[in-house]
Amino acid sequence: MAASHAHDHGHDDHHDHHPTGLMRWVKTTNHKDIGTLYLWFALMMFFAGGFLAMGIRAELMKPGIQLLQPELFNSFTTIHALVMIFGAIMPAFVGFANWQVPMMIGAPDMAFARMNNWSFWLMPPAAILLFSSFFVPGGAAASGWTLYPPLVIQGGISVDMTILAIHIMGASSIMGSINIVTTILNMRAPGMTLMKMPLFVWTWLITAYLLIAVMPVLAGAVTMLLTDRHFGTHFFNAAGGGDPTMFMHIFWFFGHPEVYIMILPAFGIVSQIIPTFARKPLFGYASMVYATASIAILSFIVWGHHMFTVGMPAAGNLFFMYATMLIAIPTGVKVFNWISTMWKGSMTFETPMLFAVGFVFLFTIGGFSGLVLAITPVDIVIHNTYYVVAHFHYVLFSGAAMAIMAGVYYWIPKWTGHMYDETLGKWHFWLTSIFFNVCFFPQHFLGLAGMQRRYADYALQFSDWNWWSSIGAFGLGLSQLIFLWVVLKCVKGGQKATDRVWEGAEGLEWTLPSPAPYHTFETPPLVK
Amino acid sequence: MGLQNIKSTLSGLGLALASMAASAAYDYDLPKPGSQLTHEIYGLHVLIMWVCVAIFIVVFGAMFYSILKHRKSVGHKAEHFHENTTVEILWTIIPFLILAGMAYPATKSILNMKDTTSPDMTIKATAYQWRWEYDYMADGVKFISVLSTPYEQVTGEAPKGEHYLQEVNNPLVVPVGKKIRMVITSGDVIHGFYVPQLGVNQYGIPGFIKDAWFKVDAPGTYRGYCSQICGKEHSFMPIVVEAKSEADYAAWMTAQKAAMAPAPAAAPTAEATPAAAPPAEASAAAAPAEHK
Repeated sequence: MAASHAHDHGHDDHHDHHPTGLMRWVKTTNHKDIGTLYLWFALMMFFAGGFLAMGIRAELMKPGIQLLQPELFNSFTTIHALVMIFGAIMPAFVGFANWQVPMMIGAPDMAFARMNNWSFWLMPPAAILLFSSFFVPGGAAASGWTLYPPLVIQGGISVDMTILAIHIMGASSIMGSINIVTTILNMRAPGMTLMKMPLFVWTWLITAYLLIAVMPVLAGAVTMLLTDRHFGTHFFNAAGGGDPTMFMHIFWFFGHPEVYIMILPAFGIVSQIIPTFARKPLFGYASMVYATASIAILSFIVWGHHMFTVGMPAAGNLFFMYATMLIAIPTGVKVFNWISTMWKGSMTFETPMLFAVGFVFLFTIGGFSGLVLAITPVDIVIHNTYYVVAHFHYVLFSGAAMAIMAGVYYWIPKWTGHMYDETLGKWHFWLTSIFFNVCFFPQHFLGLAGMQRRYADYALQFSDWNWWSSIGAFGLGLSQLIFLWVVLKCVKGGQKATDRVWEGAEGLEWTLPSPAPYHTFETPPLVK
Repeated sequence: MGLQNIKSTLSGLGLALASMAASAAYDYDLPKPGSQLTHEIYGLHVLIMWVCVAIFIVVFGAMFYSILKHRKSVGHKAEHFHENTTVEILWTIIPFLILAGMAYPATKSILNMKDTTSPDMTIKATAYQWRWEYDYMADGVKFISVLSTPYEQVTGEAPKGEHYLQEVNNPLVVPVGKKIRMVITSGDVIHGFYVPQLGVNQYGIPGFIKDAWFKVDAPGTYRGYCSQICGKEHSFMPIVVEAKSEADYAAWMTAQKAAMAPAPAAAPTAEATPAAAPPAEASAAAAPAEHK
């Protein structure tokens, strides 16, 4: 987003000179540049992962094997998940953190500017490793993104490439998180107490702690896989005294907090947007903060709900079922707060608000299916079926990804200085929502009827809903091209954005000019 | 090829639209319960769904009412309240009580499900890439069960049969009305023994023995799948359970024993029953296994 900057903002203008050309981006330590890099990277990965999703849905459109042989199909599902999680959603949120956290707390930049550069530039090599693994002998990792041994031990060199990619992305996430925590705790403007921080900043602070807690756990798990594969250890091999189930425990101890890593910043974004367009302060700010923290803490004690079918004792099943059900309470509080924020407001429905309301509605459907899955005996009959696939796409696509889109529409005028094309934005919202539901709602039915996930081929009673699901997926994929178009158009030009951009916008970032100058808040603002 | 695809897609669209209402393939619910456990599970699912529907109507009724009435375009002016402790405490406690109401029947069901004690019989299922081996340990009967759908149906060279990918050469035969304990393990990677209508879903984990149980209501065929990704033919190792009346089961077992009785060294009679197919050859005969 190489926006040219207006130079009439008094004392700030002489700071606006910055390097140009390729080296600007390679060597940058500026939080806005790095935020931009993260966001473009995430968008590219979103399309790359989306391409894999299209392949999956094309194969599943009809029963039989037509397009992808089963092994390649398994690689597609595996890499689709890894790319979307580690390449698209997480970097997009880090991009938001980079752009917005300093501007929202009145800091001049991130605490560790050079480390910030390094955190970003670790990502492309990891992505290259993942994608190039399709072209090595044996093809890309095909064990599902959960990488369960012993299946993953059977894989070829691509598994090692995947492990290395996960290590690199993990290191990047940990550095990014340390940076965010340090920035938030040390660089707030005078008067910006913790309980005055915008909710987006709060959710990222908590998310960063989650990342620091669990990424090393994943790193440990995949390192054990690596040594099992090549150095004769038997961590997960029963014949050598190990236990494949242990991997699942370690993986999901990472994996469940990871789910919240992908949704808490989304909660933050939506909590910024709804008050703006309802023209009314966020309802229950304090309870939003406590609910976020509760969700984060509970996320460490629910991992076993991914493992109801490994044969845990009854006590284990009961514990994880109760703990999982408890998560519905703080999550419910959040939904109630959002709706109460809308209640008796004066709402308008520009694209960011449409996406935010869509988020609340569709994410809650994902919450309901999550509650169904939490009930162990019910989970037993739909475990690993398309019901689960539907559930996590409702929370990760209509949850995380739609919140990211909402955030882009909300802040892009501040980033580029231009308003985006409202008509195209609305088309993007409606087509995305409709096709999303055509794609994923029938998957609930498939799952209840017993269709297993990660199946390259299926029995005939699943044909009809699969066909609909594929149609929805293709529409959903195509609709995202509108998003790309809107973003490009907005970067290139458009109606000049005002400083405040939205009538109801509150917060430090809206006190800055649009586009935000290259350096902001070099002198901290005074809050209240 | 491309044109063919478009054509078949179009005809698929027409067909799908035409058959939407009538077709039984548009299943939208759990399969018909086939065991005591699944009756409980089915009931639990119905209960939770209705609770969700009720919450959905209340919560989104409020949201959409607000969206319609509290908008700037109809001239609604924003109020400025932003907290209400009573309301916030209420909407923490009420969901807790609802959840407790759900947890109670679920707990009973879990305790029942995990109680594998005093079974009437025990069968060991061992999963391999990509077949199942069933071992009636007390009777000394043991056989391999593999997919029997011809590979031509997978590639589309032959029309797909009614039980496409859900049929095997040797089903797991069990008596109805008996508590059957399955001990489940694996010989290579993790697999899952999943028969939705019987309420069984248990991973087979190499090096460990796990168990689960079911009691079938009525004679019939119950079809299931492998429920943990296990490699390229994960979708080609179904489970078929044939439930027989006690008398039929006894007759079947007698036949199996007779078929297995001759020592392996002594040449058996030419007509080996399909159910007693020797393990190694049976797997080689599995059609998809021969294709890359």
